[in-house]
Amino acid sequence: MSTVLATSAGSGTAYEPPPEPVAGGRRRRWLPYALLLPGFAWLGLFFAAPMVSLFTTSLYDPSGSEETGYQLTWAFGNYWDALDLYHEQFLRSLLYAFIATVACLILGYPLAYAIAVKGGRWKNLMLVGVIAPFFTSFLVRTLAWKTILSDHWIVVGGLKRVFALGDDFHLINTEFSVIAGLTYNFLPFMVLPLYASLEKLDPRLLEAANDLYATPWRTFRQVTLPLSLPGVVSGTLMTFIPAAGDYINAELLGNPKTTMIGNVVQSRFLTIHDYPLAAALSFVLMAGILIMVLIYVRRAGTDEVV
Amino acid sequence: MTVPTQPTGGHAGDLELSAVTKRFGAFTAVDQLSLTVPEGSFFALLGASGCGKTTTLRMVAGLEEPTAGTVVLGGRDITRVRPYARPVNTVFQSYALFPHMTIAENVGFGLKQKRVGRKEIADRVREMLALVELTGFDHRRPAQLSGGQQQRVALARALINRPQVLLLDEPLGALDLKLRRQMQIELKRIQTEVGITFVHVTHDQEEAMTMADTVAVMNAGRIEQLGAPTEIYEFPTTAFVANFLGQSNLLTASVTGANGGDVLVEAYGKRFAVPAGRCRVSDGSAYLGVRPEKLHVAVDSATVPGSHIHVPGEITDSSYVGVSTQYLVRAPWGEELSVFAPNSGTEGPLQPGAHVSLHWHPSHSFLLARDNEVAEPVLEAA
Ligand SMILES: Nc1ncnc2c1ncn2[C@@H]1O[C@H](COP(=O)(O)OP(=O)(O)O)[C@@H](O)[C@H]1O
Ligand SMILES: [Mg+2]
Repeated sequence: MSTVLATSAGSGTAYEPPPEPVAGGRRRRWLPYALLLPGFAWLGLFFAAPMVSLFTTSLYDPSGSEETGYQLTWAFGNYWDALDLYHEQFLRSLLYAFIATVACLILGYPLAYAIAVKGGRWKNLMLVGVIAPFFTSFLVRTLAWKTILSDHWIVVGGLKRVFALGDDFHLINTEFSVIAGLTYNFLPFMVLPLYASLEKLDPRLLEAANDLYATPWRTFRQVTLPLSLPGVVSGTLMTFIPAAGDYINAELLGNPKTTMIGNVVQSRFLTIHDYPLAAALSFVLMAGILIMVLIYVRRAGTDEVV
Repeated sequence: MTVPTQPTGGHAGDLELSAVTKRFGAFTAVDQLSLTVPEGSFFALLGASGCGKTTTLRMVAGLEEPTAGTVVLGGRDITRVRPYARPVNTVFQSYALFPHMTIAENVGFGLKQKRVGRKEIADRVREMLALVELTGFDHRRPAQLSGGQQQRVALARALINRPQVLLLDEPLGALDLKLRRQMQIELKRIQTEVGITFVHVTHDQEEAMTMADTVAVMNAGRIEQLGAPTEIYEFPTTAFVANFLGQSNLLTASVTGANGGDVLVEAYGKRFAVPAGRCRVSDGSAYLGVRPEKLHVAVDSATVPGSHIHVPGEITDSSYVGVSTQYLVRAPWGEELSVFAPNSGTEGPLQPGAHVSLHWHPSHSFLLARDNEVAEPVLEAA
């Protein structure tokens, strides 16, 4: 470093070290870390500690029980069991979450676009409309869908009449109802980040594209969509991640053949009390999602667009 | 007010606006505006902020639809043609460069939409970047460029398409003075080189005068005067133009008659004769105008040339600005006249309180209509 400086100075003068920092400067140096402390304390207490505890649980002796107690035997076999017994539910969860995410994107993009670009003075009201479902409980809303999609309600009745469908046509307790429930429940998580990035879009850029011979469709493809990509990336992540771990929708709207990994974890923990396997399942899910997200974010090249 | 006219060139590629009007609700931004921009000319639309320049340009680009009137380009009515189908490109006031594209992609955008081949796009982008002196910037992003460089990218992005008309909306507004002067020369050079019609919007009168072949002075959605820069400066049609371009001394006068080739006027009890060719009116109320640099100061009234008009006065203010000295001289009727005297002599500037004689050549004065519609002239510092 000093050589470089001396050469670039080009006059042969010796490199002078920077003056010793004064006491005040020294004090400032640790200040940022001090300010970070509460954040680290929070992370340590509410993220790291439970993770360590869960990870330890996942390595307990699987033959232990509530009565006999558990022993840490570094039983990595729990992970093998988790994958071996429940790979079907794993794959199903990822598939359902993927379909729900795509459905959310297809429904959410035009909605976010309409609010951000064409909303005008109704913008805030429309946003409240998107958030309004959060005013009631997740569980209650999903239960409502149980009614809406039930065989006795007008939706199924109407479809049967219009398309002359047979008596074996159902919506409730099918793959469709589970995915529809996921889509419904996570739609706002898609719409809000999309809205945020479309709202920032400078309409003058669209005019410029229009002025440079781009038709409205080509303007969308080449300007609007690329510039809203950060919103697409965060929206899909915020939909996919919770959807993959969800169990309420499969529980209330599905059947035994639509069980997701969240249901397995839930029953292992709370019904069967098989803590080591449940913990291992949680970690597999977490690792799976983490790997997929990393690949996705790299592919989407967010650092280029943001 | 007379509707400004200009000789119709009748070129195939002329841009013609006929009685174009744009209203936003009850507000009329552009009012019955008619003008012809000859093919290949450098045309400046000059006016104060908010007078409707951008709106006019946007109607030519197709980004705004006129409430009434027609826009004709090269004999074809394009009033309702979508912007992407018009052979017109714009250099926007805000540049509006695409932040997610490289400079090369930005510049090649228009050609890409026209489905020009990759190879040709690459070649023309390189050529265009050389023209605006940005060779080697191909792979940068707009955010990595300075304001002046972004401005040149915006220009290149529009020019590369070789539009029939290039619209420039105050493209130099954000630049500092030195870069602005440099870019003015540059733009003029490029326009001469490519021969495309430029419609350049500006609120800077000096910019309009130095760059354009034809200047249209706009005021409140209308065109006040249209013509060559020298014509507009030397012989304005209205008091607004007389004071928007530089400044003028305007004396409240009334026409009393004619004598040979002169129009006779009376102002503050004094009589003046103005050559008929310098008069916009031949009777009624008028303003007698003369530019400050056309006024001469004589300490001794005996030195005033016989052919000159002269009025006595007393210097009330004198400010030395190096190249000239600017005086305010109070005329006998109390009005203060502005005088720019070149510092070409050897004696120092005159001091306030000095009694002098102001004189000017009759053909340097001009006579304008004075009616209540015209805004009161204001004397503003240059
Ligand atoms: N979209 C719009 N809605 C309402 N008023 C507008 C709109 N665009 C421009 N105006 C008004 O029209 C007038 C002319 O605007 P503009 O053409 O931008 O002026 P300039 O470019 O000469 O500064 C201004 O008073 C402006 O407020
Ligand atoms: Mg403007």
